[in-house]
Amino acid sequence: MAEVMQDSQPEVKVKEPLFGKAERKLLSDPINDNNPITVQVLGVCSALAVTTLVYPSIIMAIAVVFVTAFSNLFTSMLRTTIPKSVRMIVQLVIIATLVTIVEQVLKAVNFPVYKQLSVFIGLIITNCIVMGRLEAFAMANKPWRSFLDGVGNGVGYGLILIIVAVFREVFGKGSLLAGSPLEMKIIGASDLYWIPGLVGI
Amino acid sequence: MHSTSYIIRFVLIMTTLAALVLASLNTFLGPKHAMNEKIYNKRAVLAAVKDHLDGTTLADMSDQDVESIFSNKIKQTVINMSGEVVEGQVAESIDLAKEKKKPEADRLLPLYLYTNDAGEAFYIISIRGNGLWDEIWGSIALEKDLKTVAGASFDHKGETPGLGAEIKDNPSFPDQFTGKTIIDENGNYTSIIVKKGGASNPANEVDAISGATVTCNGVTEMLYRGIQYYQPYFNKLDQKS
Repeated sequence: MAEVMQDSQPEVKVKEPLFGKAERKLLSDPINDNNPITVQVLGVCSALAVTTLVYPSIIMAIAVVFVTAFSNLFTSMLRTTIPKSVRMIVQLVIIATLVTIVEQVLKAVNFPVYKQLSVFIGLIITNCIVMGRLEAFAMANKPWRSFLDGVGNGVGYGLILIIVAVFREVFGKGSLLAGSPLEMKIIGASDLYWIPGLVGI
Repeated sequence: MHSTSYIIRFVLIMTTLAALVLASLNTFLGPKHAMNEKIYNKRAVLAAVKDHLDGTTLADMSDQDVESIFSNKIKQTVINMSGEVVEGQVAESIDLAKEKKKPEADRLLPLYLYTNDAGEAFYIISIRGNGLWDEIWGSIALEKDLKTVAGASFDHKGETPGLGAEIKDNPSFPDQFTGKTIIDENGNYTSIIVKKGGASNPANEVDAISGATVTCNGVTEMLYRGIQYYQPYFNKLDQKS
């Protein structure tokens, strides 16, 4: 009896590595195999709306990564204390606070891009990706893993945004990264909105 | 299961914390927001004379350049609806969105007189009206003769991207206004008409945007009313010279 007791006594606490295989998978999975836009078909509305130019898309991607990562982190930290009956409301308060922070900072740092993204920064609040990760992952996992999951999903969303935006800007406007300090003119003058050549017709 | 009092306490503390964070952030960044908004509006005014800026393009100009043009090359006046100059007011602090809510006779109008290094002078007026979904507004630059349009720029609050929003996004729309006249050869006020189906009178008609009829009609209406507001003042200027 005593021996059995002793066997189960030293409960070995498995130390979770910071970037073990499972953690890396949390980051890479939503970028490819389980991409929020192309596989789960979430967040498509904002993805279509902001991808006319690359520069605002990059800003939008950064904003979404910030919101998914930190809302996952905070929700996960609070997951044992959040009363089940109001958990959706609590999650929304966390998301809305983070989104408002992003909006306020962007308005102070880059006003033209803030104007261009207009309502879509605010609409991150209702983005299904954010809410979906909180419910599906952060409520059941530890903070660090939730944070990684949030970063992965944000990056997965942002990557698609930027890829689509590159095509839309080059073919639609003949420029790349218009509005940013790195603006490039690819086909003709970038102040021509239409593809040059079609203008003369 | 959590008790009701726990839930209430949890939610109260949580929302109070969130509100505190946001309120302090807003207090901290508020002045910067106001400054950015001001520069943005000033750029919109300068966009109407973008072909007559000295040496640079609007996009290459830094915020300081915009401010220095406003303090060195622009004379700001505020006029009322009967064409008199209102003393003690600066044009840039006139918010047309607020003026639009007043009865017509009480409105104040901002007027900018821009003179570039070559000595060419332009009157820049501000107009505001309604598009399809929400308000639209713009700046129109008039040459010294007070008849010929030297440039225009438009903006909007919520027009449809790709359709009504083209009044701002597609530079070839405002570019059409350059060289149009708002007064015909008999001296009658005609304004400029955004014509569906293509402009027929080259003097004061421009092409409308396909699929954006209501926005374009809004622009026509805004131009007609907005430019007319300034006519009493312009007539007085004419008589003086």
